[in-house]
Amino acid sequence: MKKLVITSENIKFLKKINELADQDITLCEQCGTCSGSCPMVADMDITPSQIMRMVQLGDLDVLNSKAIWVCASCYSCTVRCPRNLDVSKVAEALRQVYLRKALDYVEIKKIPKYELVSLPQIAIVSACRKFTG
Amino acid sequence: MKIAYYPGCTLKTTAKNFETSAIAIARELGIEMVELPRWTCCGTVFSLTADDLIHHVAPIRNLIRVQEMIENGQIEDEKRVLTLCSMCFNTLKRSNLRVKENTEDLKKINDLMYREKDYRAEIEVIQLLELLKEIGFDKLKAKAKNPLKNLRVAPYYGCMILRPIEVGIDDPEDPTIQKDLLEALGAEVIDNPYKKVCCGSYQTVNNKEKVAELAYNILGHAQQEGAEAITTCCPLCAFNLDTRQKEVLKNHPDFQQMPVFYITQLIAVAFGLDNKTFGFNQNYVDPKPLLKKKGLIK
Amino acid sequence: MEEKTNIMERIAEANRPVTTGVDEKDIKDWVTIYIMGKGYRVPADLTILTAIEYAGYRLLRSVGCRQGHCGACATIYRRAGEYKLQADLACQTRVEDGMYLVQIPFSPAEKAIYDITKEPYDASVFIKYYPEVARCVSCNTCTKSCPQDLEVMDYVQSAIRGDFEAVADDSFDCIQCGMCAIRCPAEIVQYHVAQLGRRMYGRYGLTMPKHLKKRVEEIEKGKFKEAMDTITSKSREELEKMYAERQREPD
Ligand code: SF4
Ligand code: SF4
Ligand code: SF4
Ligand code: SF4
Ligand code: SF4
Ligand code: SF4
Ligand code: FES
Repeated sequence: MKKLVITSENIKFLKKINELADQDITLCEQCGTCSGSCPMVADMDITPSQIMRMVQLGDLDVLNSKAIWVCASCYSCTVRCPRNLDVSKVAEALRQVYLRKALDYVEIKKIPKYELVSLPQIAIVSACRKFTG
Repeated sequence: MKIAYYPGCTLKTTAKNFETSAIAIARELGIEMVELPRWTCCGTVFSLTADDLIHHVAPIRNLIRVQEMIENGQIEDEKRVLTLCSMCFNTLKRSNLRVKENTEDLKKINDLMYREKDYRAEIEVIQLLELLKEIGFDKLKAKAKNPLKNLRVAPYYGCMILRPIEVGIDDPEDPTIQKDLLEALGAEVIDNPYKKVCCGSYQTVNNKEKVAELAYNILGHAQQEGAEAITTCCPLCAFNLDTRQKEVLKNHPDFQQMPVFYITQLIAVAFGLDNKTFGFNQNYVDPKPLLKKKGLIK
Repeated sequence: MEEKTNIMERIAEANRPVTTGVDEKDIKDWVTIYIMGKGYRVPADLTILTAIEYAGYRLLRSVGCRQGHCGACATIYRRAGEYKLQADLACQTRVEDGMYLVQIPFSPAEKAIYDITKEPYDASVFIKYYPEVARCVSCNTCTKSCPQDLEVMDYVQSAIRGDFEAVADDSFDCIQCGMCAIRCPAEIVQYHVAQLGRRMYGRYGLTMPKHLKKRVEEIEKGKFKEAMDTITSKSREELEKMYAERQREPD
């Protein structure tokens, strides 16, 4: 098990995500409702409630999780959280921390052309918004 | 009645059939959808981070266009803009709510667009289903000279017209608006427990296998309940549920393909409109054999 | 580039600032401009381009036709006391007192390779070669920076939805100066996208005019071959002489 150490860096990270996601993530009671509601959870390495827990602890490793990119922003968790928190916003905040360094998660120029022409505009535009910095 | 209409990019390309069928049924109901001049892509997804304003510029710019239409007397409905695409609806409505609730954000966005007239945050964004409900499903029933008898349809709602609650047009856990509409048109409506479970959305770009699995789940459950077709009002749902059936078949060779309709296409059929308005050539799974079998088209 | 060929000198001569030959004592109005941060006093009636030359710079890039056609002389500047960043053509814009400016000789961008004859006339072609158009946030920065006053954002938007006619019409006067691309927060290269649109529209969206078809046939049949051969076989000196003696309207 990873040893937990609280540093100023962890606290800064929690504050930053709280700010970007506009909520107090420490309020999460780890009930797991979000994880149970998430249509993408089977494809995630950590569950939505684990995302919340890691952010509570200011654990920067959450930025390396696949889960934040697998989230489809479907807002199932949003409508069900008993504490009125919103994992979709937390996931977006985490993606933004990465993307704002001018990094891309999906390189749209490398998507094969036959795929690009088959996809509807709505899919490409959303992917650009969610996956490119 | 003339109402401002925001189409969005996809309705001009892969979902033209959604637009043509919607315009046709609206006309039948005495509504003229007046397309916004110089509209821009809304961005399709609402930006979720608190400090990000730039991604609300596109939605607000479009709402300024609506304001201009009202000022120029181009439309009669003096406070609303109509959308068809669920994602456009969600994005426009949420950005609109954000600036309505936060005058400081509104000011910053207005300042950034200093070449435009200020947005006054007075417009409301609505989705076609809401407008149809307002007109009254009984009115639609009266127009349905070709009722959808014996057609077993499972409505699919997806996410963006239901969630989050402040933008949803129906109960996010148990929506019925499509059911009520389809029943009025004479269809046999099948309930599908997966009607509000996400299809995977934009994950279709880099994770189409996952999306195909989600589609299989949604379609498979509908079939188990006896549905012969699905309805939706989102061009991305339509792509993921319809076109991705190709990928579904790869993993599930016994899967029976089933047509996915835009709800407006079925309304147009029920109204007995000219078949040019249906645009079935853009559907991946051809719905014509089913409709012919049911005697709904020739 | 130090060695001045005869032709270069002649071009330079032809393009001397209007103040050339005028005694500086006789120039009434002067302004101070800042070229890359350094201040210069220059006559007030110069264009940015001629003012830069007046200040002693010799432009090897960032200059071409001097007539507002070629798009080579893109300039970015801020006026005194303004936060707004302006973009213009140096050859077409008068200097102003307190202006801070820099030339943008080139906008780095890769042009997609495609064979226009094999491309289906389909709306998806823009996404196929320039998927980044989907990143547009409708900020209108491109339109604000276009020296040709084009509605750049509108044509980018038309490209996303594959409206060839609108892309072609709205971008018709683009001179590919690159200002829009330099300033776009979505890092789109608008003018390449527009060019793809005009090419597609030209080939598939428009019917070929009869006179053009006739002329192409004539060229293919070799009608102008003799005249071309005469010109291409000439030496540089002979060509210069021909150019100087060409028939032309009086100035
Ligand atoms: S549903 Fe809300 S409270 Fe429960 S684990 Fe998820 S975020 Fe925390
Ligand atoms: S918004 Fe993301 S985390 Fe929440 S339920 Fe949907 S996919 Fe899962
Ligand atoms: S169901 Fe799919 S595309 Fe449709 S609204 Fe949700 S994510 Fe959207
Ligand atoms: S565009 Fe201006 S126009 Fe041509 S070079 Fe100028 S110098 Fe240039
Ligand atoms: S569209 Fe862009 S490249 Fe073309 S003239 Fe305008 S700023 Fe220059
Ligand atoms: S500058 Fe770029 S992002 Fe802004 S409107 Fe123009 S193309 Fe779109
Ligand atoms: S239309 Fe471009 S996506 Fe809403």
